[in-house]
Amino acid sequence: MALSKRDVEYIAHLARLEVSDDEIADYVDKLSSIIDLVAQLGEVDTVGVLPMAHPLDMSQRLRPDEVTEEDQRGRFQANSAAVADGFYRVPKVIE
Amino acid sequence: MERQTLAQLSAALHDGSVSSREATEASLARIAQFNPLLNAFITVTGDRALAAADAADRLLAEGKAGPLTGIPLAHKDIFCTREVLTTCGSKMLSNFVSPYDAAVVEDLAAAGLVMVGKTNMDEFAMGSSNETSFYGPVANPWDLERSPGGSSGGSAAAVAAGLVPAATGTDTGGSIRQPAALVGITGFKPTYGRVSRYGMIAFASSLDQAGTLTLTAEDAALLMQAMAGFDARDSTCADRPVPDYAAYLDASVAGKRIGIPKEFFDEGLDPASAEHVRTAISVLEGLGAMVEEVSLPHIGASVPTYYIVAPAECSSNLSRFDGVRFGYRHKDADSLESLYKKSRKEGFGAEVKRRIMTGTYVLSAGYYDAYYLQAQKTRQLIAADFAQCFETVDIIAGPTTPTPAFRLGEKVDDPVQMYLNDIYTIGVNLAGLPGISVPCGFVAGLPVGLQMIGPTFGESTVLNFAHQYQLQTDWHLQTPDLARD
Repeated sequence: MALSKRDVEYIAHLARLEVSDDEIADYVDKLSSIIDLVAQLGEVDTVGVLPMAHPLDMSQRLRPDEVTEEDQRGRFQANSAAVADGFYRVPKVIE
Repeated sequence: MERQTLAQLSAALHDGSVSSREATEASLARIAQFNPLLNAFITVTGDRALAAADAADRLLAEGKAGPLTGIPLAHKDIFCTREVLTTCGSKMLSNFVSPYDAAVVEDLAAAGLVMVGKTNMDEFAMGSSNETSFYGPVANPWDLERSPGGSSGGSAAAVAAGLVPAATGTDTGGSIRQPAALVGITGFKPTYGRVSRYGMIAFASSLDQAGTLTLTAEDAALLMQAMAGFDARDSTCADRPVPDYAAYLDASVAGKRIGIPKEFFDEGLDPASAEHVRTAISVLEGLGAMVEEVSLPHIGASVPTYYIVAPAECSSNLSRFDGVRFGYRHKDADSLESLYKKSRKEGFGAEVKRRIMTGTYVLSAGYYDAYYLQAQKTRQLIAADFAQCFETVDIIAGPTTPTPAFRLGEKVDDPVQMYLNDIYTIGVNLAGLPGISVPCGFVAGLPVGLQMIGPTFGESTVLNFAHQYQLQTDWHLQTPDLARD
């Protein structure tokens, strides 16, 4: 199935990826061939088959709601390009 | 210097014929000599390694050393290492210094291994050739113009060329077994959930599993002993006892059953490689194992299934890279949305972006049932085929890859051709099974891998078969010219 330029622009927006005009033809081409490959699955008879989310037959473990981590904010924030007063800085969101 | 196994180095360290400092200095010297040719390492941690080696030598002198104490090792750069650059092969994390250690890193350090550096890899482990790395491709030590495979290509090349005796890797669709096959070493992927994923940068969380790249199956067993086990920090880590892997290596394979899936010997398989794989299976038959044909009727659907499931999980996992808390950040964004979009455009490479977009598409409104749900159902059928085979056989054997190592650049512009290279390995990830690739011959001077697959938590069986095969053959001892000096 061939994707259109608009499809690719929409997917890129959902994925929060900027795609420039000179890249778009290559994405249309390669993503279309990938979708062609995976669309072969339509031929598999899966009537009555339960979906498998996970290879192990296990249920989600729970633990007591207790504090187990110490505060390491300073160490973690050392990896951010923009912090101030213990907060992460981003462009202005509210006018 | 000849390449040495972990078992050989362990004996030498314990009898005092070599010190950890000497072994570590030798490894660092070989990295300095050969890495300019191979590009196998992203980061070399020389000072830290020598300090760890000296600490290991003190433990050895005091008689407090374990079997792996003092042995140099490299980690794939997907494992977080505290206070060391952890890039995952991406520009996105080219400035990321991890605040903590991955469980695998902790466990192997606790066992006394000495980390000498972090190895190159396909970006976020998405690739089968190492060509998607932001740090450039890795060369195959058998032919520098060829790919070592991927995504654990740096780890594989480093072990094959004798830069380190062992390295860690991760395997989401074949990323340990395929590079091990293409560089002629032993690559072991345990059962999903056997080794903690804590601190292993996530690609596809229902498929990702840590494992080993070593010269021998015996060495894989030694490393697995230190890596396997329950970790509450990984919500899908299996809480079950870890057997003594080394103790089972010497078990006889006589009377055990090997299943050969007819679908693995189709027209896509290079005939010369097929011949080596069949010969390898006959070696096991010579040890008294019984061979029978089995069928995995849905295995042909494994490539499309994987390339829905893995991108879907990747699109979700990689949403955390937004330029805010860590990683690459675009400098001049004028809105939050443009900060996300521009940071991700500039921080991710082409293949990662294709996978994020494929995953976003198959999960998007109107397509979810046709793609993602259908893939999850097909995954169930693929896993059930394997489970049915293991009702009658102990192990499944076949090729690891359709061909020996391909040339760098040969497939990089055609993602679908690259994906088809994973045809024999990815069913194992979808079913969550343990698998190994061991060297079984050469075609035109390039190594060929024999893959053996075990039932869920059948690590001991897989390692036993691989070890028994290596006792009969010397393919795993063949060394590339580059590594013989």
